[in-house]
Amino acid sequence: MSWRRTLVIAIPMLWLGIFFLAPFFVLGRISLAEAIIARPPFTPLFDRAPDGTLEIIASLENYRFLFQDALYRNAYLSSIRIALVSTIFALLIGYPIAYYIARAPEPKRSILLLMVILPFWTSFLLRVYAWMGFLRTNGVINNTLMSLGVIDAPLRMMHTDLAVYIGIVYTYLPFMILPLYANLTKLDGALLEAASDLGASPVVTFFTVTLPLSLPGIVAGSMLVFIPAIGEYVIPALLGGPDTLMIGRVLWDEFFSSRDWPVASAVAIVMLFLVVAPIMWLQSVQNRREMD
Amino acid sequence: MRGWFLPMAVALGFIFLYAPIVSLVVFSFNESRLVTVWGGFSTKWYGELLRDRQILGSAWISLQVAFWSANLAVIVGTLGAFVLTRFGSFAGRLLLTGMITAPLVMPEVITGLSLLLLFVSMELTLGWPAGRGLTTIIIAHTTFCAAFVAVIAQSRLRQMDESLEEAARDLGAGPVRVFFDITLPVIASALVAGWLLAFTLSLDDLVIASFVSGPGASTLPMVIFSKVRLGVSPDVNALATIIIGFVLIAVLIAGWLMRRAARKPL
Amino acid sequence: MDGPAIAADTKPWRDPSANPFISVRGVTKRFGDFTAVSNVDLDIFKGELFCLLGESGCGKSTLLRMLAGFEQPTEGSIRIDGEDMARVPPDRRPTNMMFQSYALFPHMTVEKNVAYGLLREGMKKSDAYAKAAEMLRMVKLEKLARRKPDQLSGGQRQRVALARSLVKRPKLLLLDEPLGALDKKLREETQFELIKIQETLGVTFIVVTHDQDEAMTLATRIGVMKDGIIEQIGEPREIYETPRSRFVADFIGTVNLFEGVVEAAAPDMMRIATPDLGDVMVLPQEGLTRGQTIWGAVRPERFALTRKRPEDMPNAWEGVVEEMGYIGHMSQYRVRLPSGALIRASQSNRLREEAPISWDEKVWISVPPAAFRVLTE
Repeated sequence: MSWRRTLVIAIPMLWLGIFFLAPFFVLGRISLAEAIIARPPFTPLFDRAPDGTLEIIASLENYRFLFQDALYRNAYLSSIRIALVSTIFALLIGYPIAYYIARAPEPKRSILLLMVILPFWTSFLLRVYAWMGFLRTNGVINNTLMSLGVIDAPLRMMHTDLAVYIGIVYTYLPFMILPLYANLTKLDGALLEAASDLGASPVVTFFTVTLPLSLPGIVAGSMLVFIPAIGEYVIPALLGGPDTLMIGRVLWDEFFSSRDWPVASAVAIVMLFLVVAPIMWLQSVQNRREMD
Repeated sequence: MRGWFLPMAVALGFIFLYAPIVSLVVFSFNESRLVTVWGGFSTKWYGELLRDRQILGSAWISLQVAFWSANLAVIVGTLGAFVLTRFGSFAGRLLLTGMITAPLVMPEVITGLSLLLLFVSMELTLGWPAGRGLTTIIIAHTTFCAAFVAVIAQSRLRQMDESLEEAARDLGAGPVRVFFDITLPVIASALVAGWLLAFTLSLDDLVIASFVSGPGASTLPMVIFSKVRLGVSPDVNALATIIIGFVLIAVLIAGWLMRRAARKPL
Repeated sequence: MDGPAIAADTKPWRDPSANPFISVRGVTKRFGDFTAVSNVDLDIFKGELFCLLGESGCGKSTLLRMLAGFEQPTEGSIRIDGEDMARVPPDRRPTNMMFQSYALFPHMTVEKNVAYGLLREGMKKSDAYAKAAEMLRMVKLEKLARRKPDQLSGGQRQRVALARSLVKRPKLLLLDEPLGALDKKLREETQFELIKIQETLGVTFIVVTHDQDEAMTLATRIGVMKDGIIEQIGEPREIYETPRSRFVADFIGTVNLFEGVVEAAAPDMMRIATPDLGDVMVLPQEGLTRGQTIWGAVRPERFALTRKRPEDMPNAWEGVVEEMGYIGHMSQYRVRLPSGALIRASQSNRLREEAPISWDEKVWISVPPAAFRVLTE
């Protein structure tokens, strides 16, 4: 192996090894420490015992705490629920749009596609912020409905789980539409004509041909919505209520508000095994299937 | 899916996508401090925004971070993608594949927290990086943006006709020459797309930056977040309008350039 | 079911009182300002195997797609078995189509593909699969029923597509370049198989093809299309022997074309003057006037090559063999005349007693007046 080849391999390998992989070992090690009031706010791994011998301080206390306290279990479960429901709604809203764009003639197709991508290039935070103005007690929706006489008193939408669903669907909708669009444009029009020729009505053709063939696009799009949604912090923090439990938010509060770094680390490690690992496994299965 | 259902669903979908943005822009020109009640046309919030030293300072920090992160991410990501698509098998290949794809599915809170803990531990044992600020944010952003660049570069490298590179080797170019003469120009458009994506992602990130930044190095999203946490405020609307304006102009220019390139005969 | 009427034997199109099964009247199809099909009239009879022949972009596929219902005619009407098709969507038409790409559903097995159309009719699942199995036996694919399309060879896929389009016993089967994706040898075998199946089932076939050999082999009749217009409709022999235009003559087989002017016409003979061949005697034809520009078309095999000047031949020229190609059963020649004209001629190799004519030989080339087809367009 030439030195040049080694160098080319080494650059990405070292960068990611140090700044992506190594942090997880640090994370794991601090999750075994104890919170103290100091800088940094956790106990060191090695310490001199009073008799002068070196001892390793590591305990599973943080993990026991996580599994005993219902708050954390509920936060994990509720994160999964919120991410799942949002993904389903994003699919229901995104599929017709992707389908329509895929079947549209040029230049309409390019324009619509650009309109789907455009919000993505503007700030994510500001798009969430836009919904704050929309959902507030005297926000755009309530004001409009009240001036139309549909409702007498403002609806409470801000600081609810509903607002979180809306926020997630809204910010991640382009991620659902784009893979679906990519899949649906590859759909051979002759297959639809063949189904129609064999006596299938448009609705039957959709359910027997289009939908099954777009399954890879559905899976890809759903992954792209579900994965960021499950660890989401900003959306529940801005739109959710105090009882909207999401694990990303719990971790954040544990770190910034309680300044309990070891527990925050333990939350992250559990999340890694319960949430990230299954997703990575699923993705690798999916990739292998696509390769075949 | 014929008839009225589909166009209607699409129209509603686009209203859903654009209504909040439109109202954001409209109310940035509102006289009243109440963001959602119209009190007459005014541009005073833009004036207020331009006098806000904190926002301007953080915007400058964000732009620097995004610029350097995008540059570094393109280098790391492209090399990673090139190694994975062209080097066949080597020790650690599986590890590199994992490290390049994992950041894409990693929740931001985990990436942010684990990087912060790394920086703290490195400071304790190595003395570097001393404190946290621009450098640590750039490192963190480079790491997760490199994964996105790598995905784009990898798909372009896979599509690319490898016989182009073989032809260059056959005509006497060494591997380094081939990379700079053939591979890089062919995948250049993908790298530009990757750079832009990395730049946007970095500019957009709040969570990771919040973890790894230090005092005096607040990025624009961090400042906005602390403002909007307390409720809606019209100068944020003005800021949003300016950002949307920038994006629109950039997209229009890009579209115009692409149309011109498409018309030019090869 | 009455026994399949084999149109190849009864030739109903020769009977002016026969009722056409499919009647296309004044059909035009425009896409924007492009006219794909222009004012086409076409009658096709029950049990026919009709070929629409033409180069790509001539409108033949558009015409086929209008019969299937995927495109609506801009003007004109299409009737199938007496029923006007104007408002009938493709899924309600008594037609089935075999697609050029086969359009097999990639997520379904072979048997599911074949049974798909039957299930859409509301047929019971068990019956549909039994019928599909029967159809697969007919195309000799019963062993592959559980495979997915991507596990089949090109020839097997072609037969699945055929089985799928035939299993509903359509009144009319439309085939879009059915053999286009097969290699030459497989194509020739499949041609005869297709004719056999068509004759067994008695279904009317309309085949779109750009391959003249395929059309000649398969068709009861051929419609030659060019620029959205049907140039000529006729039996293969008619199209070959008596083409109506230079385009048809040139498109089907090889032809020598000579431009000329009508000089004199007698009841039994007509003289035309050509720059290439000088004066040529041809059989008289009605509707020609003196001085009219015409083209004489001669198939290569109608020329005779001899070393001595043939007797009693009004049309004979001396020339030099410039090129010669031996193809086994025949030889092809290019003979240069003193006028500079190059004539393509071919000679059967049945007679081998003489030493064959070869390169650079001086030869006499002759052709009987009846072999000249006089074309006015």
